[in-house]
Amino acid sequence: MALQFSEKKREEVASIIKRYPDGKQKSALLPVLHLAQEEFGGWLDVPVMDYVAEILNITPIEVYEVATFYSMYNMKPVGKYLFEVCQTGPCMLNGSDDIIEYIKTKLGIKIGETTSDGMFTLKAVECLGACGYAPMMQLGKTYREHLNPEKVDGIIEQCRTISATNN
Amino acid sequence: MGKKLLLANDQVEGIRFFEAYRKNGGYASVEKAFKMTQADIVDEVKKSGLRGRGGAGFPTGLKWSFLAKPEGVPRYLVCNADESEPGTFKDRYLMEYIPHLLIEGLIVSSFALGSNRTYIYIRGEYAWIVDILEHAITEAEQNGFLGDNILGTGFNCRIYVQRGGGAYICGEETALLESLEGKRGNPRIKPPFPAVKGLWDCPTVVNNVETLAAIVPIINMGGDEYAKIGVGKSTGTKLISACGNINKPGIYEIDMTISVEEFLYSDEYCGGIANGKRLKACIPGGSSVPILPANLLLTTAKGEPRMMNYESLADGGFASGSMMGSGGFIVLDEDQCIVRHTMSLARFYHHESCGQCSPCREGTGWMKRILHNIEYGKGKMSDIDLLWDVQRKIEGNTICPLGDAAAWPVAAAIRHFRDEFEWHVSNPEEAQQRNYGLAGYAEPRAVLV
Ligand SMILES: Cc1cc2nc3c(=O)[nH]c(=O)nc-3n(C[C@H](O)[C@H](O)[C@H](O)COP(=O)(O)O)c2cc1C
Ligand code: SF4
Ligand code: FES
Repeated sequence: MALQFSEKKREEVASIIKRYPDGKQKSALLPVLHLAQEEFGGWLDVPVMDYVAEILNITPIEVYEVATFYSMYNMKPVGKYLFEVCQTGPCMLNGSDDIIEYIKTKLGIKIGETTSDGMFTLKAVECLGACGYAPMMQLGKTYREHLNPEKVDGIIEQCRTISATNN
Repeated sequence: MGKKLLLANDQVEGIRFFEAYRKNGGYASVEKAFKMTQADIVDEVKKSGLRGRGGAGFPTGLKWSFLAKPEGVPRYLVCNADESEPGTFKDRYLMEYIPHLLIEGLIVSSFALGSNRTYIYIRGEYAWIVDILEHAITEAEQNGFLGDNILGTGFNCRIYVQRGGGAYICGEETALLESLEGKRGNPRIKPPFPAVKGLWDCPTVVNNVETLAAIVPIINMGGDEYAKIGVGKSTGTKLISACGNINKPGIYEIDMTISVEEFLYSDEYCGGIANGKRLKACIPGGSSVPILPANLLLTTAKGEPRMMNYESLADGGFASGSMMGSGGFIVLDEDQCIVRHTMSLARFYHHESCGQCSPCREGTGWMKRILHNIEYGKGKMSDIDLLWDVQRKIEGNTICPLGDAAAWPVAAAIRHFRDEFEWHVSNPEEAQQRNYGLAGYAEPRAVLV
């Protein structure tokens, strides 16, 4: 129990609900799930989804069926840094296969796995709307484009440094 | 240099913000439109000949005129910013660099359609663009262009940005509405169309980002003037997102009178094939439209130069033509493998199928597995016919057009590149080592410019 959004997030939820006509608060589900994922460890555990159901006054099943449908909601724990590398055709034309291989070797994990220190998870995802700047990946709220091995090394270093300073 | 209507000011310093945008003529269309009647605005849009820029090319003015107007029922305008069709990244550019153009177009369109709450449904991955749009909305509110009683007209309008959760299918307009209602993105059976029964069962217009941005120049210059740009039913300008093996990938605004050859080879646009390679094939309108081999891309089957417009790209039907689609121009050089590329697209559609209709759910998975086998040296000759058969059984047998969108790329790849598929099957080991190359395909014509 005792799962609760921070004060700031509660205000955000309230303002999201106000975007819709009265009684249509279910529309807030996708945005609120994003907030919940940010707040509660990067993935959506069942108690988290139940909590979202409660604050939106809908049934838990309505939350589960949505959370499992969309690719951005993680249904199991992920590393602190999630590398989502695009593998679709246009990126493939510019070497996404090689970049994915490079990251796999560099981090010693397969697609879908997390490094043993819990730092990095690698996912291969579909077109992210950056096809002209390929190969690319999504990292948190940003895109990293025109990737090459040196850039990937830099990103990994950067993540490690940020993580070390924050601890 | 072609005429620029949407990207005329994209290089102006600070154009992302209200002050610079307004100084460069921004929001003039709102002032003009608010002196017109709603019917007159719809008329101007009809006269402009504007066709939806989301992929289907449906005339926007006509769509607007279908909007039902029952008494006492709210009407909604929803902007489709889901942009997930592989090869397409133009809406992102507009929203990221000139967000006020979209906001301005939305205010005029909301006024014309009577929408007091207007939603921008944006793909969830464009998270930072949500912040950019919300900032632009706030600026517009502070300057009296949004909110209550806009410019003293009594018209109230608010624009909200809704972030999706990652699903290509939510670009389909009825799936988008389901998603906006907080549900899975399962497309609805049409009719009823959104114009009658859309968001929360109310009459709704769904339009693409670029379509709504184009409303601004249409109101500013008038529908007739806008219609003079371009050719035939391809009026105005179109954003093309170019990617793949070219020297200058990026976003280009074209007026639809230039040839594909000029677009591909001139330095003003794609700048030719990268690394001095030769052209093998191109998907000219986003991953869902048929792929064309070099010769059919540059000239139609009748031997005429192919032009960058709706009619010319479609010339020859599916036998020898393609489509303008979303304007995602994907170029493949001589080193690319058609089987592998088609496999990648099949995987995409299988991943993105919502699963409601069995031909789409099962068929996309089947196509993916067959293509995987062929690519990895485990294919049989009969697999090629099987693949053809499966795509035929999906096409036209599903609730939404994603089924067709998954079938067409496979069909076109087999139609034009069957020899490459056969080579993969007959030479499984060699196919792991090297690519088929240009082999039997017609060479592109002599390079222009
Ligand atoms: C599978 C699928 C995906 C689509 N994705 C998009 C999209 O990302 N953006 C878009 O504007 N239209 C998309 N569309 C087209 C929309 O259904 C709709 O026709 C369009 O938003 C209408 O706007 P327009 O008339 O301004 O083009 C998609 C259609 C299908 C079938
Ligand atoms: S065609 Fe595919 S994506 Fe469209 S409704 Fe049917 S199963 Fe869903
Ligand atoms: S194919 Fe990778 S971003 Fe579009």
